[in-house]
Amino acid sequence: MPLELSVLSPLVVDFPFEWNYIRSIIRVSLYVSITAVVLSTLFSIPVALLVGFKDFRGKTLLTSIINTGMGFPSVVVGLVVLFTVSNEGPLGSWDLVFTPEAMIMSQFVLAAPVITGVSLAAVSSVEQNVRDAAFAMGGTRADVALVTIKEARYGIATAVLAGFGRAISEVGSVLIVGGNIAGSDGTSVTRTLTTAIQLEARQGRFETAMILGAILVVLVLIVNAIVVRLGGDTGGNR
Amino acid sequence: MSIQRREFIAAIGTTAAAGLAGCAALGDDGGNGPEISGETLTLTTTTSTYDTGLLDELNAPFEDRYGVTVDTVSLGTGAAIETGRSGDSDVVMVHARSQEDEFMEDGYAINRRDLMFNDFVIIGDADDPAGISGGDDAVDAFAQIAESESTFVSRGDDSGTHTQELEIWGEAGYEDGDFGEWYQEAGQGMGEVIVQTGQSEGYTLSDRGTYLSMINETDLEIHVEGPVEGGPEILSNPYGIFAINPAVHDNVNYDLAMAYIGFITSLEGEEIIREYTVEGEQLFFPEAITEEPNFQQYVPEEWDGSHSD
Repeated sequence: MPLELSVLSPLVVDFPFEWNYIRSIIRVSLYVSITAVVLSTLFSIPVALLVGFKDFRGKTLLTSIINTGMGFPSVVVGLVVLFTVSNEGPLGSWDLVFTPEAMIMSQFVLAAPVITGVSLAAVSSVEQNVRDAAFAMGGTRADVALVTIKEARYGIATAVLAGFGRAISEVGSVLIVGGNIAGSDGTSVTRTLTTAIQLEARQGRFETAMILGAILVVLVLIVNAIVVRLGGDTGGNR
Repeated sequence: MSIQRREFIAAIGTTAAAGLAGCAALGDDGGNGPEISGETLTLTTTTSTYDTGLLDELNAPFEDRYGVTVDTVSLGTGAAIETGRSGDSDVVMVHARSQEDEFMEDGYAINRRDLMFNDFVIIGDADDPAGISGGDDAVDAFAQIAESESTFVSRGDDSGTHTQELEIWGEAGYEDGDFGEWYQEAGQGMGEVIVQTGQSEGYTLSDRGTYLSMINETDLEIHVEGPVEGGPEILSNPYGIFAINPAVHDNVNYDLAMAYIGFITSLEGEEIIREYTVEGEQLFFPEAITEEPNFQQYVPEEWDGSHSD
């Protein structure tokens, strides 16, 4: 036991703060961005299907609005969400300012147009005769939607990835609504990889900033690999 | 994933704000051990205090004693005060007396205390193109920088440091808008401005604390010292702390805010501030506890108490 301690102690003494710091930042980043992207996906795909299938007045206008939303500046979204959740805003009584939940809200607003827009393009490109065939074979509207999603799955996977990329890499809105908070023991509360990079660069600790940047890139790569793999699996079922 | 998320939510001590999921998670934890208050204090402060690392030293013993969490948000002084104005923070620690006074007069800030001071220093490239090194007049030094059109990087973010910088420029006869291309507004925190000044081989005004905490990351040198090292009084940098008025914003955690102010202006808090060093140098000088009464700290500077006699 003493031997074990003496072997372990240098590691424990050297790294506890840093490791806890980095791990908690990764956890907050993933929690916020994945939740935001899942919610955006649940919202966006039905919208994309509806807009893609139906012909109605103002469809072109709605599509342009969605496409404009894809390029919405994140600081503006952050500002709007801050005013919404601020104590004096409409959701003030929910006490959401400087919480991860507020960050999820702003990333939802950022990711939803991207996922909707790209999914819409994918859904629209599924040929009419595929949908007709599904309908002719006795499919209900839900079946037709499922067939369309299956046909457009690569496009939809791309949409989700693009949304995730937008969410996890943006710094403007989470900095404003989250406040970049870490506890006195170095545990992140609302500090994400991007806001931590910003802070470390501000304090001139470029090495830590670079490490966090590398972690961010690796995380995005892993998430991409997982989503592409999921897309590939459904391809095998065909 | 769901377990991680629950741990996470519980760990940050999310209040009812977390929504139903958060409540369920907190409820689960309640059975495992004695429930401590678990409240969260939101402190908004300036980047210059935050970047020195002092607040972690102060907050840890406070959190231990009261079983609470301090969420520290670092912004410029202007933004920190605005956050208090909208009731989004409970306690505010800043360093721009003129802005603090205005905030007190507006009724948002109460129970202001002088907390500590350090000083500003004029730092710049080691080559010193404007030839200001060793001077003991900050106003003259600024004038020389302007005359030689040496690069000057301003915070440009309505922070306490920016406020002080504009005051010195005013003394030197320059108003906002008189500056040429040599004057760059960064609109960023102190650390970023120091980095940027190093890159552009220029000058800037920095609080001593942030400069010392970055001394290993920058080649900039002190050219004009502040009052801590015998420099001019115009470079002094006092910090104040106050609670947000619960009569204006009834949602603020006023009790905890006062407990925090009480703690960091206590003998123990003062001791932590006094003993906090970076690179062997003391960064902040506590001034909350003095034998002589200092009534001025509670009221705006121009306040005349005589009419209440």
